[in-house]
Amino acid sequence: MSAASVTLRGRHVVARRLKGGVFKYVCLAATLFGIVALAVLIITVSANGIGRVSWDFLNSYPSRFADQAGIKSALLGTLWMMAFTALFAVPIGIGAAIYLEEFAPRNWLTRVIETNINNLAGVPSIIYGLLGLALFVRLMDLGRVVLAGSLTMALLVLPIVIVAAREGLRAVPPSIREAALAVGATPWQAVRFQVLVPALPTMLTGVILALSRAIGETAPLIMIGALTFVAFDPTSPRSPFTVLPIQIYNWISRPQAAFATTAAAGIIVLLVVLLTMNAIAIVLRNYFEGKRRW
Amino acid sequence: MSAEAAGNAGARAAGWPSRPGRIALRRAREWPVYAFLFACAIVSIFTTLGIVLVLFEETYNFFKEISIVEFLTGTEWTPLIGEKHFGVLPLLNATFLIAILAMVIALPLGLAAAIYLSEYAHPTVRRLVKPVLEILAGIPTVIYGYFALRFISPEIVRFFFGSDVSLFNALSASIAMGVMILPLVSSLSEDAMRAVPQALREGAYAVGANRFEVATRVVVPAALSGIVAASILAISRAVGETMIVTIAAGNQPNLSWNPLEGMQAMAAFIVQVSLGDTPRGTLEYSTIFAVGMMLFLSTLVMNVFAQWLLARFREEYE
Repeated sequence: MSAASVTLRGRHVVARRLKGGVFKYVCLAATLFGIVALAVLIITVSANGIGRVSWDFLNSYPSRFADQAGIKSALLGTLWMMAFTALFAVPIGIGAAIYLEEFAPRNWLTRVIETNINNLAGVPSIIYGLLGLALFVRLMDLGRVVLAGSLTMALLVLPIVIVAAREGLRAVPPSIREAALAVGATPWQAVRFQVLVPALPTMLTGVILALSRAIGETAPLIMIGALTFVAFDPTSPRSPFTVLPIQIYNWISRPQAAFATTAAAGIIVLLVVLLTMNAIAIVLRNYFEGKRRW
Repeated sequence: MSAEAAGNAGARAAGWPSRPGRIALRRAREWPVYAFLFACAIVSIFTTLGIVLVLFEETYNFFKEISIVEFLTGTEWTPLIGEKHFGVLPLLNATFLIAILAMVIALPLGLAAAIYLSEYAHPTVRRLVKPVLEILAGIPTVIYGYFALRFISPEIVRFFFGSDVSLFNALSASIAMGVMILPLVSSLSEDAMRAVPQALREGAYAVGANRFEVATRVVVPAALSGIVAASILAISRAVGETMIVTIAAGNQPNLSWNPLEGMQAMAAFIVQVSLGDTPRGTLEYSTIFAVGMMLFLSTLVMNVFAQWLLARFREEYE
């Protein structure tokens, strides 16, 4: 082999290595982009709004004066709505998951249900808003109240709850079911006493994440007509209400700069609520994963 | 079939050798439980039926008054004021322009991030980075709207394109949306890449390829159907996304390809109308359902196509 061809070959290798090295750092930069964007978002919001977050802000009603506006009715509205959303979505979601994972025969109906759940997960949230408006607000004549909002939200998060609950059930090994059946349990008893208990932590984590999705949803509740100016506490499922993201949207859409600050403060409250819920979900997952028996 | 699935199928078959009398009786007494569980599962079917019926009914009312040709081909959208025109093209154009621009941002970044996480990153790095990207995906869209209007538009878009650009413009909404769908693209693509069997990579290394060549010539082509499906799902998410376009894109129907102008997307129109009072039976009320139908069909076609793609081109290794 001549010296010239060795150098050529050497250059080729160097070029390939260089390309590989550059590529790696391009990919790393792309990965960091998301993290940087998140950081910039949080810094922008905090820099604008942190000065407005105070006990007064949490404990005041909205106002047309930006410096007096507070988030109390929205925070309470969010809590009311979450409670009722969970009340509808959790039993139905877990029930559907148990049916599909444990009892459903393999036939066309089961396939239709499963495909349908996949498709529902991809329907834009505003479409659920249209459904809620026509079905709960108009047809059932519930009015623009907590109950109508929660029912709409429950339908929206149902696919997420079902998927999470199925994951929990699937993680329980079949030998547990077989052991229960072998000693004479009916299929339901096997599920009820042996499968459901170890599956609960994963399900719970999924439920919390589904609810945290519902907390941030704005569009469907605007369709339902959750009011943006609510200067009273919701007291029953039939109360008119507003929620955090709608209150924030209302402040964002006002032209005065002072309301942008109020909006940023509202966003901080919303983010704190969400991060707390996510943290609880993560802690629960880690705690129970450590205790798993198989 | 995995042992697990076999086990579940076994439990499901309910054909266990049993002492007929007692166990059959016990099982028969449990029928309300099974009925309840079945009813829960069927709720999703009724949800879909409800969506389709509600949209169809009002869309039908809408087309009784407005010709479908005008709706689909008209270039003016002024349904609320003055001389009314019902051409949906400006809304459709804005919706897809914003969604596609968002993809122009999210696809290269998301793909590169997926390659890094799947092919280069140390497991510890992956464990730390993935939850952060998931947080990005979980941030409520109203916050992205604020971010687009108060940061991206004044600090980034005006920096590059001059300060005479309107604060409300399609580009700011696209950038915020790109950040929002980035985790969706990267995590679904990464799943597809990690499903590529190790043996394919090792084969390429054995004939002298380096990591860059393995990633771009073996892993990405092998995972292509998954990556395409991820991209379609991301566009579909962007098309249906409401709050970012409502807050940041300006609410003026505008048939234009210039992303520096303000425009109104389909979802933003629906929100704009429903902020006011919309009594049932009015034309405004059915208009939002007609636009909603358009939106629903667009996203449905994309989602079904993505799922078909995943099922049809799923690579079976071994």
